[in-house]
Amino acid sequence: MTENVTMDVEVMKVIVFQLGDKEYALPVEQVQGIEKMMHITRVPRTAYYVKGVINLRGVVTPIIDLRDRFGVTTTVSNENTRIIIISEEDMEVGFIVDAANDVMDIAKETIEPQPEVVGSLEEEFISGVANIGNRLLILLNLEKVLSTLK
Amino acid sequence: MDTNQYLEVFIDESTEHLQSCNENLLALEQNPHDLSIVNEIFRNAHTLKGMSATMGFEDLADLTHKMENVLDAIRNEKIEVSPEILDVVFESIDHLEAMIGDISEGGDGKRNVVETVEKLKRIENGEAINGTNEKALVDDITETIKISATSLNYDDFERTIIEQSHEQGFETYEIAISLRDDCLLKAARVFMVFEVLEKNGDVIKSVPAVEQLEAEQFDTDFSIAFVTKEDITVVEKLLGKVSEVEKVVIQKLNSEVTHEVESLVVASTAKSVEVEVPVQTTTKAVPDSTAKQVEKPTKTAHATSKTIRVNIERLDILMNLFEELVIDRGRLQSIAAELNHNELNESVERMSRVSSDLQNIILNMRMVPVETVFNRFPKMVRQLSRDLNKKVKLDIIGAETELDRTVIDEIGDPLVHLIRNSLDHGVESPEIRLAAGKPEEGHVELRAYHSGNHVFIEIEDDGAGINKERVLSKALEKGVVTPEIASKLTDNQINELILASGFSTAEVLSDISGRGVGLDVVKSTIESLGGNITIESEEGKGSLFSVQLPLTLSIISVMLIEIEQETYAIPLSSIIETSIIRKSDIMNAHNQKVIDFRGKVVPLVFLEEIFEVPRNDNEEDDFHSIVIVRKGDKMAGLVVDSFIGQQEIVLKSLGNYLTNVFAISGATILGNGQVALIIDCNSLIK
Repeated sequence: MTENVTMDVEVMKVIVFQLGDKEYALPVEQVQGIEKMMHITRVPRTAYYVKGVINLRGVVTPIIDLRDRFGVTTTVSNENTRIIIISEEDMEVGFIVDAANDVMDIAKETIEPQPEVVGSLEEEFISGVANIGNRLLILLNLEKVLSTLK
Repeated sequence: MDTNQYLEVFIDESTEHLQSCNENLLALEQNPHDLSIVNEIFRNAHTLKGMSATMGFEDLADLTHKMENVLDAIRNEKIEVSPEILDVVFESIDHLEAMIGDISEGGDGKRNVVETVEKLKRIENGEAINGTNEKALVDDITETIKISATSLNYDDFERTIIEQSHEQGFETYEIAISLRDDCLLKAARVFMVFEVLEKNGDVIKSVPAVEQLEAEQFDTDFSIAFVTKEDITVVEKLLGKVSEVEKVVIQKLNSEVTHEVESLVVASTAKSVEVEVPVQTTTKAVPDSTAKQVEKPTKTAHATSKTIRVNIERLDILMNLFEELVIDRGRLQSIAAELNHNELNESVERMSRVSSDLQNIILNMRMVPVETVFNRFPKMVRQLSRDLNKKVKLDIIGAETELDRTVIDEIGDPLVHLIRNSLDHGVESPEIRLAAGKPEEGHVELRAYHSGNHVFIEIEDDGAGINKERVLSKALEKGVVTPEIASKLTDNQINELILASGFSTAEVLSDISGRGVGLDVVKSTIESLGGNITIESEEGKGSLFSVQLPLTLSIISVMLIEIEQETYAIPLSSIIETSIIRKSDIMNAHNQKVIDFRGKVVPLVFLEEIFEVPRNDNEEDDFHSIVIVRKGDKMAGLVVDSFIGQQEIVLKSLGNYLTNVFAISGATILGNGQVALIIDCNSLIK
């Protein structure tokens, strides 16, 4: 996908969200919904980035704080904070993000592989970056984000 | 051909057909001469063959076909039913089950069955004598009947009807109808025929009687006396259109018959004698099935109860949504209470009532009769008793008792173990039984029944019972109990020692039970289901294993407790009691804090440490609230901040992402919409 240099413009719909000062994107098909912050029940003895579980319309859904996960300086939750519910294979998980900004179409050809930055903590979770105008969107590799947690 | 969408249905139905084959084979073994049972098995096998061929599972179809040949030979009395033959048929069914199992796991249902096929062939050929002649003979008979059975035998009442309808210008016809040999839905065809007839006139009599026809207790032919004003050729055409009807023979009934009867009593008797002959043949040809299909009606009644298959996931979703509704209902109730508005109150109350009815229905939908677990046991017992050279009769009572699907899924293995145990260690060999003055055949009874919020499943045998001295000495030897405790044990407690881990009394380890793991696994499985098991036994007379299970696993009773701001739930099934202790009561044994609880030393588990609960204030209390929980015989005291109370909650999983969270077995949603975690006491006690 990242090496795609063909001329026909394949577009991808993504949800753009903010963590710290960076913007990230997830394919819209993987997003089940965006929720406002709600009560999270802490689950003891889990990884530090697992904030706990919420009651998502009767389904107990685990919540991961992406800010902790990526080592972004944690901002205190405010009214912009959102939980993005994603589904990957048979798992449903919620991500806490600083804000869910908008839905965008991005041409697949604008997606480039992640520039080599040595020592970047988040490197392994990234499947590519897209440069649109003056915005740099970081595309997440969901599988990695979730699987390394197991 | 794309058959994927039918695969699930195919698997379900084939499993049902095989199960029915199993049951009928067992019945056949009891009544080897009852050909109606063979017919039933044949029908199942035949359907299975057709289905598997359509789905493209050639191996499956092929083996079924071979088996069908043997059944056909039995059906046509070419070969006699014998245990050996049945063994082979059972063997084939085992293969078939394995194939279906393979298919349901995504395989292609291929399996090496050469040996079995060979055996089937040998049976089929070995005794093929004059079967074909016989078949022709049977055909002959039915043929003659078709022609001769034109006159039915009427009683006085029926004659009067015929007569009166004649006077009113109705004509009476006798209609002989033959269905096709391979007709599967005979009752349905009969129904269609009757529907056609009743639209155009009245049926006054049928041979066999309507009830028998509806219960499919006839071969392929039946006769009907019919009065109508309509043109009979129209009726004939209509009848011909009913599918799977092979032949329709219509004869106009001579009004003379009735007239003669009217005028000459003697002549009429003579006449009736005359007509009686063919009628007799009809009953004889319709045949064998009427006499022998005694058990049939119950079966057909079974099949007619209407069901649909629903994926259990959908029920879970329904349940989830419903719970959301219940939470909103709670909010509505409190709002209504605040506003104190009459009409609002009323409708909220009505809604509450409707929703609790709804809850019952939803819960009931998940209930499955234990039959689904029990029905594999007769075959297992048969096989085991043959392997063990014992004679055992298994009776199943209360197979219709319903249990939650989730419990059903878990209960199979423990029951298999218990039954094996009964057969292996309980029921004695025929010689010993005879010597002890018992009937040669051992008797094992499997019972299921509801009692309160629980389901009991009991396995009772009339075998040797438990030798208490031997159990005790063995328990002492293996270090399961200490001598001091041993002297205080009640009889039942001694019996229950056989459930302790590391215990097995059988001197000779057999393949069937006594592999070291065993009854202790049964016990822990049952306890993990929130149930428990007790044993009663009298030496020389037999034992009774009684398993008590909760009706459902999705709703459990818990005690809600609080630690700082967090709410946790502890299953009531593992709680012994709660108590409040003074700080000064706590003693130190090495590094473990313990208390003296009713003469027992019980270790304390500080949940706030285990769960790393963030503390805001370090206010020290002089008292501790403690929940005493147990795992088997071991106990522990969980230290909590406060007790909230007892509640029925709906068990939920934490999802596929958070697996194996330490000491947490699941979660539930509280009335305020928040999630509370359920503590798994078993992992807190070492």
